[in-house]
Amino acid sequence: MPHNPVDRRAVLGLGLLACAAPLTSSAAQLTGAGMVWRANQSAWPTATDLRASYVYFTADEAAFVEAACARIVPADATGPSAVEAGVPLFLDRQLAGDYGKGARWYMQGPFGKNTGTQGYQSQYPPAGLYRVAIKAIGDHLSRDNGAPFHKRPAAEQDAFLKDLSAGKVDLGADADGKAYFTLLLQNVMEGYFSDPIYGGNRDLSAWKMIGFSGARYDQRPYVLAYGKPYPLPPVGIGGRPAWSVKG
Amino acid sequence: MATKLPSVDAVLVGFGWTGAIMAQELTEAGLNVVAIERGDWRDTPTDFSPAYAQDELRYYWRHELFQRLNHDTLTIRNRTNQTALPMRQLGSFLLGSGVGGAGVHWNGQVWRFLPSDLKARSHNLDRYGKAAIPAEMTIQDYPVSYDDLEPHYDKFEYLCGVSGKAGNLKGVIQPGGDPFEGPRQREYPNPPLDMPYAPTLFGKAAAELGRHPFPHPAANASRAYTNPLGVQLGPCTYCGFCEKYACGNYSKATAQTTILPVLMRRKTFTLRTNCEVTKINLSADGKTATGVTYLDETGQEIEQPAEMVILSAYILHNVRLLLLSGIGKPYDPATGEGVVGRNYAYQITSSVNVFFDDKILNPFVGAGALGTMINDFNGDNFDHSGLGFIGGGYVGLMQTGARPIETHPVPTGTPSWGADWKTAIARDYLKTTTVSTHGAVMAHRGNYLDLDPTYRDALGRPLLRMTFDFTDNEHRMSDYLTDRASEIASAMGGREIKANPRKGSWDVVPYQTTHNTGGAIMGDDPKTSFTNKYLQSWDVPNLFVLGATAFPQQSGYNPTGTVAALTYYAADAIKSRYLKASHQPLVQT
Repeated sequence: MPHNPVDRRAVLGLGLLACAAPLTSSAAQLTGAGMVWRANQSAWPTATDLRASYVYFTADEAAFVEAACARIVPADATGPSAVEAGVPLFLDRQLAGDYGKGARWYMQGPFGKNTGTQGYQSQYPPAGLYRVAIKAIGDHLSRDNGAPFHKRPAAEQDAFLKDLSAGKVDLGADADGKAYFTLLLQNVMEGYFSDPIYGGNRDLSAWKMIGFSGARYDQRPYVLAYGKPYPLPPVGIGGRPAWSVKG
Repeated sequence: MATKLPSVDAVLVGFGWTGAIMAQELTEAGLNVVAIERGDWRDTPTDFSPAYAQDELRYYWRHELFQRLNHDTLTIRNRTNQTALPMRQLGSFLLGSGVGGAGVHWNGQVWRFLPSDLKARSHNLDRYGKAAIPAEMTIQDYPVSYDDLEPHYDKFEYLCGVSGKAGNLKGVIQPGGDPFEGPRQREYPNPPLDMPYAPTLFGKAAAELGRHPFPHPAANASRAYTNPLGVQLGPCTYCGFCEKYACGNYSKATAQTTILPVLMRRKTFTLRTNCEVTKINLSADGKTATGVTYLDETGQEIEQPAEMVILSAYILHNVRLLLLSGIGKPYDPATGEGVVGRNYAYQITSSVNVFFDDKILNPFVGAGALGTMINDFNGDNFDHSGLGFIGGGYVGLMQTGARPIETHPVPTGTPSWGADWKTAIARDYLKTTTVSTHGAVMAHRGNYLDLDPTYRDALGRPLLRMTFDFTDNEHRMSDYLTDRASEIASAMGGREIKANPRKGSWDVVPYQTTHNTGGAIMGDDPKTSFTNKYLQSWDVPNLFVLGATAFPQQSGYNPTGTVAALTYYAADAIKSRYLKASHQPLVQT
């Protein structure tokens, strides 16, 4: 197991989350009160618990998602694959939470057909769309008497994902294959490049690959350093692996 | 039965930039003011501390600072013969929520409109003749001139501590500034931000092509600054998380960092958060606003009577509240009559990526309005004869911070995933930059706002419906800007460029800009405008509507500078004339 770079802040973050709630949920009338500031009510992010296994994905879903991640960002000498960077676990935790439920999205019906410029119009929030789309992909592939996606050779997997992205795979009435691929690709990019506190970009590996400096607060020394390599390693909200105590 | 509160001098609906400016001005004049905001109280140390503000997933992709669409969204379509569907997730524009509004997550791009932008119809008729303006293009002159607004632009720039270089001081062109801008009475309050490598490469290439590059005016403080209210901003640290984020460093001007520390101490000012206004109440004859009705967080209905009602929410909410309250004649695109919802407009953008082999650009070092720009092709700064469009936009290279989920461009022919994609981003991320264009959208008869017949919000009220598409004028203009941007991009000396023109109908998915305008526009004629030049309703003279709601059409510039200037202009008229004239119309019809 790699060292978890987020332990310190994770503990802090989870501990403070409960007290943060009253600040953002209470109606307030403020008259002559000055700027409202309450100690220890800072809105820390909630860190992902990396220790547990999947909480949203079924075994079949996990097999598909891991295989698809391995094709979207494959393993090679350039840098981490999406699987190595922890993206499947990131996806699982995102889908299990508010994002997966579409908690901030408008999900009231009726559900109409997108003219092409009206964006996401699935009746399912992200978690639901993964569920029906992966099931439909499995059914689609088994109808041809073929192997499931994760057991196919890489070239076949690539060809299938390309067809999916181009809207050439009919997944039935419940799931739009192209809309699903668009969502999956977006979510993989989110997991690969987001702060490691959310479970992907493990050990800041994707940021190291491209050279992104991360959650840095003061970049003033580097504005006028034209053409010079950036001298510092990336850092996340929870710090970086070198800050963790080994052992 | 609603609980009825004691009356106040003025009630403000919504508490972002315009609400804070107006509340500050009116309380300074001695008025008792209540602002009602449906979102949360938000401030730097608790909500966007520098310890965790640099979080791309949380703040941009999971929309933490933005409007919750599960509560309230709008429906969208390109044309009246389509069925509008709800905007189920945010994309093209990022609506704000809570104290400070969308002004919390803006970039800090502070522009003045050109003098000719404010005379869009008469100026273009004079220069290019009747044929230049198609019958369906419903552009109008603003009822105010650049000279009317100049002191108010200045006031906002000094409030924010804008970092920039004047290009025109009292009519004298200044080296290093924007020679196309209208005359300004004095220099910006702060010098330009330090310019990183990529924008200097753009500036050099643009100058070699005969253009006139200058530093973008930025509400990101280039040095420690104390504004005229005594509120302090700290020097920007170029962390690269402005646009779509909140500043953890008190460097980006927002209501919180420029006005609220003073306003919130006033005994004559009350802010109620987590309270949502549902209706503007009218007298029996419909000619006077008597106050507003709102729901507090527990769902209790409360009536707040007031001598003046001021709409200071985002433009889409202002228009919807007018429609829901039955104020003003709704616009009908079939007849071209009606004023509420009329002349909705937006912005058209495009970009050109430049890929270098030999130059490390560190694109993640950035600030919201950090960049080198040209206005050679904005407004009517160039001869449009024979081009087939009017209007224009700026072209520039802005280094706002290359957050990697959003920003990892790849060259033409590279797939968007897989081994080749990975090779390309690992090679190019540090050595790629982007020239952007930002163009005007003229008003069009078919582009408008009304209430949706089908979809409702969490309170059961009809959603706003937006019918909008780019017209030939916008596409020709934007293609022209993209070509000019490509010329400069090519001259920057990179390995290759990739142009990303805006094609086809307006699409709600890709982020473009949060520059929605119009819907209750200002004008000289009550038949074609909702307010007079002081943002005062023609029909209900104690009702004022602030914001880009008033724009007859959108220019090539970001709206906030003009939104703020119009707010100060209206506040000035309210204080100096309206309050002394027993709440009468400030313009007679």
